[in-house]
Amino acid sequence: MIDELGQFALILALALSLAQAGFSIAGRLRRDAALAGAGEGAAMAAFVATAIGFMALIHAFVTSDFSVTNVAANSHTAKPLIYKIAGAWGSHEGSMLLWCLILTGYGAVMASARRLPFGLKAAAVATQGLLGVLFIGYMVFASNPLMRLVDPPFQGDSLNPLLQDPALAGHPPFLYAGYVGFSVVFSLSVAALVEGRVDPAWARWIRPWTLAAWSFLTIGITMGSYWAYYELGWGGWWAWDPVENASFMPWLMGTALLHSAAVTEKRGALASWTVLLGIGAFTLSMMGAFLVRSGVLTSVHSFAIDPKRGVLLLGILGIAAGSALALYAWRAPTLKDEAVFAPVSREGALFLNNVLFAAATAVVLIGTLLPLIRSAIDGTPISVGAPYYNLTFTALVAPALIALPAGALLAWKRGDLPVALRRLWIAVLAAAVAILATCGLVTPRSLLAACGVGLGVWVIVGALVEAAERVRLFRSPLPEVGRRTLGLPRGAWGMTLAHIGIGVFALGAAFETAWRAEATEALTLGQTMRLGGYTLRLDRVAQEFGPNFEAERAYIRVTDASGALLCEAAPDRRLYAAGGQTVSGVAICPRVLDDVYVVSGEKRLAANGAATYLVRAYWNPWVRFVFAGPLIMALGGLISLTDRRLRFAVTAKVRAALAPAAAE
Amino acid sequence: MTLVDALRRAGIALFAVIMLGAAAGDPADRLADPAKEAHARALFRDVRCLVCQSESIDESEAPLAHDLRQLVRSQVAQGRSDDQIRAFLVSKYGQFVLLAPKPSLGNAILWVGPLLVIAAGAAALLARRRTAADLAGLDAQEEAELEKLSREETI
Repeated sequence: MIDELGQFALILALALSLAQAGFSIAGRLRRDAALAGAGEGAAMAAFVATAIGFMALIHAFVTSDFSVTNVAANSHTAKPLIYKIAGAWGSHEGSMLLWCLILTGYGAVMASARRLPFGLKAAAVATQGLLGVLFIGYMVFASNPLMRLVDPPFQGDSLNPLLQDPALAGHPPFLYAGYVGFSVVFSLSVAALVEGRVDPAWARWIRPWTLAAWSFLTIGITMGSYWAYYELGWGGWWAWDPVENASFMPWLMGTALLHSAAVTEKRGALASWTVLLGIGAFTLSMMGAFLVRSGVLTSVHSFAIDPKRGVLLLGILGIAAGSALALYAWRAPTLKDEAVFAPVSREGALFLNNVLFAAATAVVLIGTLLPLIRSAIDGTPISVGAPYYNLTFTALVAPALIALPAGALLAWKRGDLPVALRRLWIAVLAAAVAILATCGLVTPRSLLAACGVGLGVWVIVGALVEAAERVRLFRSPLPEVGRRTLGLPRGAWGMTLAHIGIGVFALGAAFETAWRAEATEALTLGQTMRLGGYTLRLDRVAQEFGPNFEAERAYIRVTDASGALLCEAAPDRRLYAAGGQTVSGVAICPRVLDDVYVVSGEKRLAANGAATYLVRAYWNPWVRFVFAGPLIMALGGLISLTDRRLRFAVTAKVRAALAPAAAE
Repeated sequence: MTLVDALRRAGIALFAVIMLGAAAGDPADRLADPAKEAHARALFRDVRCLVCQSESIDESEAPLAHDLRQLVRSQVAQGRSDDQIRAFLVSKYGQFVLLAPKPSLGNAILWVGPLLVIAAGAAALLARRRTAADLAGLDAQEEAELEKLSREETI
């Protein structure tokens, strides 16, 4: 009964999205506030209806209602409650419902935002409604999560054991909140093209949405990376896997968008480019959804593949992105973009950021798609993997990081580079010391990695110098510094934090990649092996039972060079009876910045007949920085979001200036 | 496309096996000479595990990855150069086996594409160049406007 109610609610959500689009378009054409208001009401109602459908699916999973196809295929009565709930979005159908829930949720918030000018808002709500029609329609007709089975099984097939992890509860919702958050920017961009007007006020309206989407996407990708790190057991955190790339492309474009929107907001320049990025970010999100779900790419992370439905997703992508880009080609030339700036200026620096991030997006896009294109054109299967990306991506991002601290200190319109560099003397000094110290102290010596560490220090200290310059630290009397510090907008703090975050990430990525150590040995009980400065001793191996698996767990003592106990690592190998899969559970001994990462392998008999166990261990130095850096970036984004200037609306002064335009 | 499809299907079938974790450093397989072993390991990272889902043979525990590792190890032990080993693998399995595609006409877009983006950016910047008078810095009115936008409602 509840399932049918949910089913009904989803169909209602589709109808409401249609109404949302219809009323908003009619309201915009007739300049009728009542009609447009009906469209906004429909947007909120569509969200409520989708939420009811979502609750019904959660209910079906929690009560293990195997008469629902999706539950029977992805759940099991023995599964812990958290995985029953999170399992609701662990499948293709369920995750599409989560996508639609977030899409209508953002739409409802946008519809309730006051103070957007009438025409822009009606056009944006209409566009969001059309996106809702496409995705909810796809879900209801082709990918229904609440479909019933005629002959329900007694027990479910259970969820892929790899997905039975606490991270499943957080990673997809954050990732989708990021992907789909760009839909609002997409709608506002389309609306700006319809209205033929892109000005600083518009750039300010898209900023909170861009910041929210970007921050959530950053958190989602970081969680996914950490999840893969401790789950897949190969000791790495990024593999340039196609699915990772699919989530990374909208992030790269969203980063470019944040920076170009700043130029449009402050100086009115780069207007049409900002609109293009606004359309592009969500287009890449939709493309990611298609690539991941259609099965056209081979990936470790794909979990819901169906080529037939992939074609439909490709159709949705074509309709949404195609019409938006056609509108762009038609209307963009009419957008005014008259602000001038010298190449050496804050605008110039942000432009450089955009060019490099656009090129980095192109690297990931071409690398991900070329194997598909080549096999379609001449049937030659080729591979594009980590060696290609590491080289090209680093070559593009390193210049961006080198330019960052200086660019942030340049004045708008026309800057003075020598002056900016003089202010950065302490960052130059810190980076030089970091490079020399790394070269001198760390073996084996690697100049390239030392430069990476220096780059990280340069960016971090550069961000601090920029903050100090803003409050005139050391250049004004202390009370004045205090007053300026208190008066600094949250957006400025957010920017400083985000830039520190990327510096921290660069430090960790350079250090970990260059100096990670690996050791693999077949150990008998009581035998030891060495890993860098650590000693690992296999104490015992025990048979243990989890809620829905059986495990062979190894207990390994990890001691450091002085013989002090670091931790007792307990990696295991789990057999999930429900699906018959074996999964290895990684044990991680965290130090302050480093990880000792242990995986236990198969049991073997040595030549003398003694039982040995394969133990593989990694020492990942500074790997904490790799995960902490992006989280600091996301925190910066969220702090910027709380800036009063960005509260989904505009300030009194801007509003007053726009009143004539809104009332026309 | 059919080869890829077949490989993909095989890859999905092997899904469970792959996740047991890599065993590229398995002591039973290692070369006696640590320098040669390290050399072989470096090569593993550039070779695709053909039946896996986008993994190198350094990461995969699939039986085929193990066979490929032993193949590369034996070639390294024979003293063959990296290029010879890569060419041998390509002659046996096609370009698909290399994770870093060899530069060729069909692959040129991999390197040319990003460069085109940069060139387009540079061209756009040049096209924006105006007369020196326009670039005199912000005038008093623009300065006031910028100050207002930057500090509004924050004090």
